[in-house]
Amino acid sequence: MLNEKLKHLIIKEFTLEFRQKSTLAGIAVYIIATVFISALSFKKIIHPYVWNALFWVILIFISINVSGKSFLQETKGKALFNYIYYNPRHFILSKIIYNMLLMMALSLFTYFFYSWFVGSMVQNQGMFLLALLFSSSGFSGVLSLMSAIASKANNFSLMAILSFPVIMPLVMVSIKLSKHAIDGLAWSVSYNYLLILIMLNFIVIALSTLLFAYLWRD
Amino acid sequence: MIKWWKILGFILVLYTLIYGLLGSVPKLDILNETIRNVYYHVPIWFAMLFQMGISVWYAVKYLGNNQLNDDVVSHQAAQVGLFFSIPGLLTGSVWAKFTWGTWWTFEDPKLNGVAIAVLIYLAYFILRSSLIDEQKKARISAVYNIFAFVMMFVFIMILPRLTDSLHPGNGGNPAFGKYDLNSSMRLVFYPAVIGWILISLWILNIKVRMNKLINYYDEN
Repeated sequence: MLNEKLKHLIIKEFTLEFRQKSTLAGIAVYIIATVFISALSFKKIIHPYVWNALFWVILIFISINVSGKSFLQETKGKALFNYIYYNPRHFILSKIIYNMLLMMALSLFTYFFYSWFVGSMVQNQGMFLLALLFSSSGFSGVLSLMSAIASKANNFSLMAILSFPVIMPLVMVSIKLSKHAIDGLAWSVSYNYLLILIMLNFIVIALSTLLFAYLWRD
Repeated sequence: MIKWWKILGFILVLYTLIYGLLGSVPKLDILNETIRNVYYHVPIWFAMLFQMGISVWYAVKYLGNNQLNDDVVSHQAAQVGLFFSIPGLLTGSVWAKFTWGTWWTFEDPKLNGVAIAVLIYLAYFILRSSLIDEQKKARISAVYNIFAFVMMFVFIMILPRLTDSLHPGNGGNPAFGKYDLNSSMRLVFYPAVIGWILISLWILNIKVRMNKLINYYDEN
């Protein structure tokens, strides 16, 4: 089903990442340290709103840090080779899919440590996990393109400025959905939000794929 | 040369400024006379959205043909749109104070959406100012503009319809049409919308011409 070149690109991303395990380990330490600091400073979180907000703030910062790197390693020569050899759609899609899988794993990892150190309040686990998975795929759709923009501008600090406002719709819907999961509301209450979240995923990934072609040529 | 639509815009806004204050409005609880703000607050937001729409349209056009003139229009329209958000926010804030009892509330998705929209366009200007090469600046900011516009549209048009909002027409609140009992308000409201959009176009027109002149003198 997957295109040959797309498959190559995705495998390349993984190979590069696992060849240099230090970045992955760095992210893991980053997550554990952040969660540990919040556990230490809050001692015990009683209110679900605070639990929810803190979790999503941590997750947003992690995803901006992780996805922000996706275009940093592109040197001039490599970019030229990729430009000649690959289709821009495949190229951005490979980045999005790679970031998506990475972010899904990392968000589960964060959730695991967060509920270990801080304590879990989620009553409807299935809904919470769905919110996590779809929001991480949406985040990676937005942030891969933003990372491309920031790398074209040669300015990593732009990444946060550009990304925060545009991921807000995704964040708001996911926070609402995860609040429903924490309160253990029935599925029927949340269908609307789940639907919007999935739709936003489609919109974001389609837009990124379409627009990247214009970013690419220099 | 003064074109007819500029005069029309001026006359329409003048007409709505006067008739908005003098005309008859339905007497309603809580809203009372503040319902007249419909003539100012709503059309100003429409003008802002219109300008943002022009901005994104020219961004798409630029990506298609690489003409720097289209980028000038796109950039200037975003500026005009952001400028219109200021009176939009001020009139909305005053209105909220006298009907909801507060200048600003985080409970309303439309208010949040507008705050985010302002942030998005500020980020757009920061992105522009951090790039030097003209073509590169135009291309990258056009990409961001299109992406940001879609996200803003989701935020202020789709999300408020899902959740409870204090605004009319959202989350079970009756829409503007329900308040308007005798249709006399429409006679002021629709001209106000057209008038403010024409005025915003006029501002855009002047700014674009000015910018083209500046670019021309920079090059020669």
